[in-house]
Amino acid sequence: MVRHPGAIGSRPGKLKLAVWKFASCDGCQLSLLDCEDELLQLADNIDIAYFMEASSHAEPGPYDLSLVEGSITTSADAERIREVRKQSRVMVAIGACATAGGIQALRNFSDVEEFISAVYAHPEYIATLKTSTPASAHVTVDFELQGCPINKRQLLEVISAFLHRRAPQVPAHSVCIECKLRGNVCVWVAHGTPCMGPVTQAGCGAICPSYHRGCYGCYGPKENSNTTSLCHWWEQELGVEKVTVVENLRNFNAAAPVFDAASREWESRDEQE
Amino acid sequence: MQEFVLQAEHLEVLIQVVRSEGFQLMGPVVRNGAITYDEISTASDLPRGWGDEQEKGYYRVSRNDSGAYFAYAVGVGSWKQFLQLPRRKVWEAHKKDDAMDILEVLDEVPARAFLGVRSCDLHAIAIQDRVFAEGQYRNENYARRRQNILLIAVNCTTPAATCFCTVMNTGPKVTTPTDLTMTEVIDHKEHYFVIRSESQRGREILKQLPLSSLEERHSLAEEQALQAAVQKMQEGPRKFDSAGVKELLYRNYDSPVWDQVAERCLSCANCTMACPTCFCSTVEDTTDLTGEHAERWERWDSCFTGDFSYISGGSVRASTRSRYRQWMTHKLATWHDQFDTSGCVGCGRCITWCPVGIDLTEEVQRIQQLDKTL
Repeated sequence: MVRHPGAIGSRPGKLKLAVWKFASCDGCQLSLLDCEDELLQLADNIDIAYFMEASSHAEPGPYDLSLVEGSITTSADAERIREVRKQSRVMVAIGACATAGGIQALRNFSDVEEFISAVYAHPEYIATLKTSTPASAHVTVDFELQGCPINKRQLLEVISAFLHRRAPQVPAHSVCIECKLRGNVCVWVAHGTPCMGPVTQAGCGAICPSYHRGCYGCYGPKENSNTTSLCHWWEQELGVEKVTVVENLRNFNAAAPVFDAASREWESRDEQE
Repeated sequence: MQEFVLQAEHLEVLIQVVRSEGFQLMGPVVRNGAITYDEISTASDLPRGWGDEQEKGYYRVSRNDSGAYFAYAVGVGSWKQFLQLPRRKVWEAHKKDDAMDILEVLDEVPARAFLGVRSCDLHAIAIQDRVFAEGQYRNENYARRRQNILLIAVNCTTPAATCFCTVMNTGPKVTTPTDLTMTEVIDHKEHYFVIRSESQRGREILKQLPLSSLEERHSLAEEQALQAAVQKMQEGPRKFDSAGVKELLYRNYDSPVWDQVAERCLSCANCTMACPTCFCSTVEDTTDLTGEHAERWERWDSCFTGDFSYISGGSVRASTRSRYRQWMTHKLATWHDQFDTSGCVGCGRCITWCPVGIDLTEEVQRIQQLDKTL
């Protein structure tokens, strides 16, 4: 029987961390292992109780903090995410898969049955859902850390904030602000390069524009994104083809509601013409 | 005031004299396809023979054969980045037994000279001075950085299409205090600077330069160059009647123009980051994993973000409409009540660096037109 999650916090000793994988590439979990310098400090301050990517030793739940990577693509996983929720006092979704459905959410725009029959010799062995959905479509999520993959510095910030009962410093503003803080020259305005920065949430440190490339939108929509205006300008002023506009919206965060709606809108314009 | 002529080939002497006086010299450079501001160690670091083209959401630099050192308008970024740092650690705290050690971070402030500051940007610096150094809530970090800046201004004879300093009464001719003010003149085969000193420090520098006396033909050529700049802006697309704009905005909180601009605005905050007077910042408090060390960082913030007006219960300005209205009304109206000046200097950076080309001067004119029909 699972104890009431609210009771866990008062337990003496270290808090328990669990890391879960659903449909994903493991890159976000790797971000945690990438915290090489901070890993020992992390282990000193939190009990890494369940983290299959790092250790086959697994402690039973309940857990104080669960990091959930991956999207829900099977009915078995739709059940499992509910179990994880029951075992977790605080649940944080990490990465584009867990927060928006990931690249595998491209299936949401097509017919999955058709893929299965074309790809697999025995389609009857495949049990998959028609859509790839984020954790929040199934259970209550306490915090979403966006990014493909997430930034390990931001992950440490979220864990530190959780440990010390404060709000995490994870701004929901645009990549443009990161560019300006770094002193980058705007690739859109000064080079005419299409860039997703103005509608994409900060967090990566504006990596691509720092190397004179447009932002790919890996960190998903920022708060209050205006994709319609961005797409208009790309098409009318930067000469971007409609197909490219749709491709840029249909990336790692294709099923994030704002990007999803915009790409469908742009695609249907094609059909109308 | 002393006024002389400095031949263009002696600009190098000026640069080396300023550096030998112990100043780190900051000035315009071409970097990554734009004029930006960075350290200058020789005249050849300057964007000689480069020009710029600026329009709504559009910026390009290109080479020309003028041989001029300052034949472009304001660059990307502004001098603000050297005075109000984009990010800085304010303090750090360490747990010690039952107490807390709090250490204020006092970073070293280099003695700096700014070369090539345009009149609009001088006004912008004066506006930030009022906010950070002269007001009730003094920002010591800004004040220390600002204190010893040697200002070497350049009269602007090459405004961009996005410029409207004549509307805001901030240029193109330098009228505010500087240490040295120069005008670059290329007249037939002559290439020189008219140079004036306005301070003791400026005079000390002039003493060390190979100068010749200012003749009437020099003054005439200078005046013509400045008049041409004025005329270009008067005829340009960004000319609007700035009289009564404060009252106009105060009676137009519900103008449909705000809805129209919100359809285009990305609320990306580029305008506020590029603006040389926008001064808003936030502080971010963090701890490490142990909880024994904490830091407070200050960084530029923007009224275009949701976090900016986030209070208990949510963001006060959740819609783009309310964010744009707040920004423009502050710049052109409430700034007057708050600081006794306009918050806009007409440099045009918000127009150029808006990815979707929103033009403040157009929006004002739209509101003016609708206001007349009511």
